[in-house]
Amino acid sequence: MYQYVAKRVLLVIPTLVGAAALVFILMRLIPGDICVVRLGSGGGSFDPRAVDLCHAELGLNRPLTVQFLDFVWGFFRFDFGISMWSGKPVSQEILARVPISLEIALMATVIAILIAVPLGTISALKQNTWIDVVVRTLAIGGIATPSFWLGIISILFVLNISNAITGTPWMPPIDYVPIWRDPLRNLSMAFLPAITVGYRYAAVSMRMTRSSMLEVLREDYIRTARAKGLIEKIVINRHALKNALLPVVTVIGIEFAFLIGGLVVTEQVFNLNGIGRLFVQAVQNQDYTLTQALVMLTVAIFVFSNLIVDLMYAWLDPRIRFA
Amino acid sequence: MRSVSFAAWLAVIIAAGPVMADNTRESTPKRGGTLTYMIPADAPPSLDLHREATYALVHAVAPFYSVLMRVNPENPADTTQFVCDLCTSIPTPTEGGKTYTFKIRTDVKFQDGSPLTAADVAASWHEIIFPRAGVLSARANWYSVVDSVAAPDATTVVFKLKFATSTFLPSLADPYAAIYPKATLDKDPHWFEQHVMGSGPFRFVAYDIGQDIKGERNPDYYHKGLPYLDGFVGIFAEKQVVRVEAIHSGRAAMEFRGLPPSAINDLNRELGDKIKVQTSDWNCGNLITPNERRKPFDDVRVRKALLLAVDQWGGAPALSKIANVHTVGGIVFPGSPLAATKDELQRMAGFWPDIEKSRAEARRLLKEAGQENLHVELLNRNVDQPYKYVGTWLVDQWSKIGVTATQRVVPTGPWFAAMRGGDFDVVVEANCNSVVNPVLDTQKYLPHDVFVENYGGYSDPEEVDIYNKMLRETDFTRLRALMRQYETRIVDTEAREFPMLWWYREIPERSYVHGWKIGPSHYINQDLSDIWLDQGPNG
Repeated sequence: MYQYVAKRVLLVIPTLVGAAALVFILMRLIPGDICVVRLGSGGGSFDPRAVDLCHAELGLNRPLTVQFLDFVWGFFRFDFGISMWSGKPVSQEILARVPISLEIALMATVIAILIAVPLGTISALKQNTWIDVVVRTLAIGGIATPSFWLGIISILFVLNISNAITGTPWMPPIDYVPIWRDPLRNLSMAFLPAITVGYRYAAVSMRMTRSSMLEVLREDYIRTARAKGLIEKIVINRHALKNALLPVVTVIGIEFAFLIGGLVVTEQVFNLNGIGRLFVQAVQNQDYTLTQALVMLTVAIFVFSNLIVDLMYAWLDPRIRFA
Repeated sequence: MRSVSFAAWLAVIIAAGPVMADNTRESTPKRGGTLTYMIPADAPPSLDLHREATYALVHAVAPFYSVLMRVNPENPADTTQFVCDLCTSIPTPTEGGKTYTFKIRTDVKFQDGSPLTAADVAASWHEIIFPRAGVLSARANWYSVVDSVAAPDATTVVFKLKFATSTFLPSLADPYAAIYPKATLDKDPHWFEQHVMGSGPFRFVAYDIGQDIKGERNPDYYHKGLPYLDGFVGIFAEKQVVRVEAIHSGRAAMEFRGLPPSAINDLNRELGDKIKVQTSDWNCGNLITPNERRKPFDDVRVRKALLLAVDQWGGAPALSKIANVHTVGGIVFPGSPLAATKDELQRMAGFWPDIEKSRAEARRLLKEAGQENLHVELLNRNVDQPYKYVGTWLVDQWSKIGVTATQRVVPTGPWFAAMRGGDFDVVVEANCNSVVNPVLDTQKYLPHDVFVENYGGYSDPEEVDIYNKMLRETDFTRLRALMRQYETRIVDTEAREFPMLWWYREIPERSYVHGWKIGPSHYINQDLSDIWLDQGPNG
């Protein structure tokens, strides 16, 4: 087990270095110049000497190899440097956005699990009945509906419904307050995006739960369990569901990692000051240091969430050995 | 025509200011409340006004700072009215228009309690005009006319110019020209990138990176009785849908940049008398630049044909229903006394009143140039309002003379890269300025060898010569005549740049918001000191 974990952790290093090289090169292939965007995007005239000074200040006039080595050296020291756009430490920029992204991701995950596992299981158990059709329709709807569209529609829905009921339109707060400072305000801000994201997330997990359950229910050991005379509840919960959840856990792990940095449009629609929105801003502004750090963060989250998923396999399926 | 000195003309206007202000006052202002407004952008790069160029920063931190002088907040629509903020009166220049001596108020304190003196004003302006090595000043080139700035005593600031010019006084009203404490500037000029220390109507409370900025009333504010608000919260939101719904639901009272007609219509329909809308022509406009380094756009006949094909008079009413454009104008903001009149405009190519005649001439020119089957790739910026609307309209207009046009729409970074690298046929760009200062605003039209951020790829010594004369002209009548020469050469004679419809600001504000008056720029009149609330969620 320990050997397996150590091997997995060591594999993380070349993955991160590869990602670092890739993002460094790709960012510099995008045409544009952070200094020109910064000084000229308002449409006004600006001093060209300011552009040169800006390049010097950001170290963009140094050779690319020096810039790359600087980045890699900083990365190994967990120092991602200063955001080229804001001049603030990258870690500060990211940490300011982590709470809201993490909160939405966790809430969406809970919503997804609460919806997906029971409904997916029921759908499998009631295969080809009207219940199955309804659940599958819900799942396909969730996959087919873009979260940002659902977000806009849900805001409009809440606005119109509240207006119809109370005579005053209501929408969730648009400025973030930490949950420990004002739980009600925090949750009223987070619930709508969590539901819209959680619905899509649940849809993916629901389909996975259903198909996995259908497969497991046809296994010999389920037939054996039933032949032994075990009651159906125990057969489903202890023998079928536990084994069927293996691929579901994988999906949940990958989706969770995606949610941390991937709620690009949803965060904009709900004006959430999260990692996804920061990602878009960093790319738009051609903020190399911040984009590089965010890519590395996302890669790290994916790598470690996959590692956790692999470790959970052991708990869910004793047949898996980490030799 | 009798010549009028520009300074005298400006002095008359300045004197008229307070009278006009009294006439426009709505009712008795009430104290208290917190104004929540949307800042329609992502967070600015830094908090240093001298360094940055985005309006997002002005909307966020202007309430914390004082400036030497400014556009009259009671009548910002007038492009020639300037009033003192820190100065006690706007000086009449001496030494042939080359010296401006400002007396500075003595009752001003920074947020930390230290007094603001002329030394702070001079140091701040010195840093703007002559930034020390390693310090970035975004608009230093506006002040190339300044020879020196000094504070001979605690209440006097003296600007000495290299030559007299009409551009100087309006350029001093730049909303980015915040006054910082000299002691802090001396110690670390980069300090203001991450911190706020001003003497404006509001005191800095908090800035949540990328989310919002908060201020509270400055009890020591020197304009007595102001500000009316207890505080403000500015929320950054780049997405229009968020801003519109925030105003709709009352989460925010207003925004200050401008929404497109469809959003304004939605708000009006949903909120009825709970919303007001202020409108103004905007000192921003798209301009179309052909790349003269590329054939056949080096041929004036081809450029002129493209210009003549566009029906600005016919297009304006229709386009203004869907995009934030409105007024037909030349290279000078239509509200300025230096702008071309309708009659003057209609004598220039691209503005002829008879579009059929104009297009017939365009076809003739294309035939003469051997370009009857011309294909144009129009480079455009991936910004809806109004770039893509204007671009799509142009494609249609050019098709009327048989030109096939396609659009290449790219994000801001690649758009700049393509323009700067000369990788385009024709580009939709913009000229967007703050305080209306026509001579400075039109430097964008100068050839690349004089003004680096002109992308037309042409050289024109005669045009530069006219501009230099304008820069040194202080007589209004002669200046206006020179501006017509400059405009005619750029647009009509050489068809180097095609000014498109001027943008239009439509600012929604909840009906409980009072006191703020719209101006021709989203950069000006942003200190919030005149705003008051008579009800509302925080009022």
